[in-house]
Amino acid sequence: MTGFVSIRNLRKSYGSFEALRGINLDVAKGEVVCIIGPSGSGKSTLIRCINRLEGFDPTSEIRVDGTPVTTGRALAKVRAEVGMVFQSFNLFPHLTVRENVMLAPRRVRRTTRADAAAQADRLLDRVGIGDQADKYPGHLSGGQQQRVAIARALAMEPQVMLFDEPTSALDPEMVGEVLDVMRDLARTGVTMIVVTHEMGFASQVADRVIFMDAGQIVEQGPPAQVLSDPQEPRTRNFLGAVLNH
Amino acid sequence: MDIFDTFLNADVMRRTFPMLLQGLWITLQLGAASIVAGLVLGLGLAMARLYGPAPVRFVTRLYIDIFRSIPLLVLLIIVYYALPFVGLRLSPFLSAMSALTLVSGAYTAEIFRAGIEAIPKGQFEASAALGLSGRQTMADVILPQAVRIVIPPLTNNSINVVKDTALASVVAMPDLLKQATQAQALAANPTPLIVAAAIYIAFLWPLVALVSRMERRFSAPGR
Repeated sequence: MTGFVSIRNLRKSYGSFEALRGINLDVAKGEVVCIIGPSGSGKSTLIRCINRLEGFDPTSEIRVDGTPVTTGRALAKVRAEVGMVFQSFNLFPHLTVRENVMLAPRRVRRTTRADAAAQADRLLDRVGIGDQADKYPGHLSGGQQQRVAIARALAMEPQVMLFDEPTSALDPEMVGEVLDVMRDLARTGVTMIVVTHEMGFASQVADRVIFMDAGQIVEQGPPAQVLSDPQEPRTRNFLGAVLNH
Repeated sequence: MDIFDTFLNADVMRRTFPMLLQGLWITLQLGAASIVAGLVLGLGLAMARLYGPAPVRFVTRLYIDIFRSIPLLVLLIIVYYALPFVGLRLSPFLSAMSALTLVSGAYTAEIFRAGIEAIPKGQFEASAALGLSGRQTMADVILPQAVRIVIPPLTNNSINVVKDTALASVVAMPDLLKQATQAQALAANPTPLIVAAAIYIAFLWPLVALVSRMERRFSAPGR
């Protein structure tokens, strides 16, 4: 079977260090996949390859909705279909919150200013910060900024959303508001691939949990199985360390 | 008061002031034209230096280093006195503007490059992830942020360009300095030179003060 996102033999090296050592992964449309694992296991690198923020070995293949993720024009098309949320938000500090959300639809989709603004306000309401639309990102809390970043990605109406440790840079009291938005999003049927350390979120929201270590997928399955009854010793060690820290 | 009669002679001042104003007008035209052309050239060079293919990057780098090393006066004299030997004869204005632009462009390129490199990598990644093209990323995301960083050094560079326009007097450009030296010869009195100096200072001092203020503000914490 091939998934909506299909990854075949994904390899990536930095010099002699192999960050990804032959990953095969299929994600179905509407599926929510959480990727967990120790730092340096390659999980961020993996999702950054999906929209090719990281290049990868030419023998590897990634397809999104059938389109190979290569370079050039086809890449721009894939990127417009794949939304991404970063650990460090990466909002555009010189634009207001509303303008942050409007920019890509206006430039890439050629949406009119009025339509883009209306859509931005809708999305900002949806993530609970409609009243902050005219502020600049620097005046918002971390949790609010990350919710703007989610709205900004959703403005392109992506088929797939990638989350790269979206709550790792947040103060603890703000983690919940971002996870709530992501939980709502998961219910709408958007395909989501989430790199996270939030085991609670993974167990409640994910359709599938993937445990990675040393550039490989070690174990995967429904959250109840992987998180509560891991088969691999490496998974058990990791979960033991994370849950009893 | 002998010293006033010599250096700030009111009568000489009155007679030569129209000449100086003509010179000032040419100085300002030359300065403005060279600054604008230097900005355009510099932005192009910065893009080539950062994003061009390897040979283009190499040539751009060579250009930038050479034109930051050559004394402006030497370049100006080459443009005006040497290029006619290969059939390229430029007017004094164009000679001066070319020399100023070539050098200003090299400095401006380095200023733009530093400004662009100061923008966090995440800004490029967020733009790419949204599907923006390289050009859109530059125009909508990177340059608007970089401009804030580069305005103080660019203003500094512009001040230098305006000051360096005075070198054009050696290629018979009737700029402020040239007019002042001619007025001095005509009146047999150095007052026009002092007035010219005062005019340069009057125009550039506010800019110098502005740069200091901007630098203080941009380096202030919290922004």
